Amino acid sequence: MSNAIIELNNITKKFDGETVLDNITLSVMKNEFVTLLGPSGCGKTTTLRIIGGFETPDEGKIYFDGNLINEVPPFKRQLNTVFQKYALFPHMNVFENIAFGLRIKKMDEQLINSKVEKILELFNLKNFGKRRIDQLSGGQQQRIAIARALVNEPKVLLLDEPLGALDLKLRKEMQHELKAMQKQLGITFIYVTHDQEEALTMSDTIVVMNEGIIQQMGPPMDIYNEPKNAFVADFIGESNILDGIMHKDYLVEFLGKKFECLDYGFGKGEKVDVVIRPEDLELKPAGKSKLEGKVKSVIFKGVHYEMQIVVNGYEFLVQSTDMATVGTTVGLTLTPDDIHIMKKEVIL
Amino acid sequence: MVIFIVFPCLLVVLYSITTKDSNGLTTIHFTLESFKKFFDPLYMNILWDSIFLAALSTAICLFLGYPAAFIISKANISIRSTILFLCILPMWMNMLLRTYAWMTILGNNGIINNILSFFGLPRLNLLYTRGATIMGMVYNFLPFMILPIYTALSKMDTGILEAADDLGANKLIEFKKIILPLSMPGVISGIVMVFMPAVSTFIIPQLLGGNKSMMIGNLIEKLFILNGDWNFGSAISIIMMVIILISMAIMNKFDVDKEGGARLW
Repeated sequence: MSNAIIELNNITKKFDGETVLDNITLSVMKNEFVTLLGPSGCGKTTTLRIIGGFETPDEGKIYFDGNLINEVPPFKRQLNTVFQKYALFPHMNVFENIAFGLRIKKMDEQLINSKVEKILELFNLKNFGKRRIDQLSGGQQQRIAIARALVNEPKVLLLDEPLGALDLKLRKEMQHELKAMQKQLGITFIYVTHDQEEALTMSDTIVVMNEGIIQQMGPPMDIYNEPKNAFVADFIGESNILDGIMHKDYLVEFLGKKFECLDYGFGKGEKVDVVIRPEDLELKPAGKSKLEGKVKSVIFKGVHYEMQIVVNGYEFLVQSTDMATVGTTVGLTLTPDDIHIMKKEVIL
Repeated sequence: MVIFIVFPCLLVVLYSITTKDSNGLTTIHFTLESFKKFFDPLYMNILWDSIFLAALSTAICLFLGYPAAFIISKANISIRSTILFLCILPMWMNMLLRTYAWMTILGNNGIINNILSFFGLPRLNLLYTRGATIMGMVYNFLPFMILPIYTALSKMDTGILEAADDLGANKLIEFKKIILPLSMPGVISGIVMVFMPAVSTFIIPQLLGGNKSMMIGNLIEKLFILNGDWNFGSAISIIMMVIILISMAIMNKFDVDKEGGARLW
């Protein structure tokens, strides 16, 4: 508890009668890179805005460093936000934008000067001080937005999908830069995105959200390899999800065949969801594997081939560097490690 | 356009630099006599007075109009359109009629004085005063101040106010450093759009001010209609035009290094 810098307890938020956040409880540790991940409308941005103070929760409590901050307005909270649309001040140049927060703190002019120059250099934007905002490219504007927040040396930095407007290459560069910066500065980052690859790349902890509820929380490897439910399994990476029956511990049946697996603790004969990642399936010549099917489609994705292979009526998504021809029959193999069992989703 | 705008302008210029001969017909004798006549203290007083009254009315419009525009921009959408409509509605009526209406309000037998005497209070001499002129100008030109300021305020991205909040700005700092600078183009637009008609109007001072406030507009009108002195009248008109162009140029200079916003051209 003492290591938690932000704590949300039972936060509920409604907009026009619709529940956007339903009893959210989560803790963010100091110096952690936490990502709130989920599809549009899942409540991740609302959660971030509640932490920032731009929205107030209908129920629940927020703590910052042990202090209750429900009633504290944004300008008094010791955190800063990088907004999705940057929100740079159009009537000020780059220097004034970055210095804005420092000026409010009534810092000595020379100190402001050195801090701003230092952070401009850190972002490879030396000598950009006098430029006007509308003279900058998207990538430059985004870096100024981050610099403007970071120069105030907040304990926590909130980032609301800051890389959304950048092209792919620049986005990937910035992901690495942000991660490196977070480690270097020792600031807690709370990051919001709908891009699961981005979340997996940068985070220490991922909080997967859907429809105002936390679906799963944990390190990227856990989220990816041990998804707790069908939503997480489907949202993170691609997956094949099938109906199965756990006959007993370590033995599951699906598509009419029995497979050894590593999961246990389910009831005998319990109906379960079976999750298999497309990259875990290996292509073998026909006639040699338990699973066999006809190739429906093949797409070249550069890094691998993406194929749809129909086995016993189920359409598997397979990613492999091997290629199969459409219309041929192929075999698919997998190891026990590749099979993930989850409790059946209760559909209300 | 040439016929209706350029040609009459040329005529005015022509009249300003010629004189009448003893028969009352215009000669082709070119002189700057009319312009020189204007620099008489009598007429200069009228000029400064016009500028003073116009500037005062503009200042009052700004003082009333900015808060009004600000409040309207903060109101919710449904009320906003109604209020704006109410602001613009009087402009649909002829300015002459609107000014006449003020005569009935301010006159000795007008609405205000009738209410006062009903309560046993003494009547006030409101009409035919400088105050009445200013009141008439403010009333007539206030929408021209409110609308551009409102436009500038409503176009502002509220996201940057959140950013300012996030960086530690309270509401006062937000206003001083963000809202006010960004609304400046609207303010300047408003000032020009009020000052221009205010300095050259003649109906308002004529109907409401009596002979207490003779403004440039009245002077020009008198010269043309009463005195028949088109030459002098034209000369003064040219001088007015120059003054207005200079004030617009000054205002534009202030607008040059500001962001976007309402420009006059």
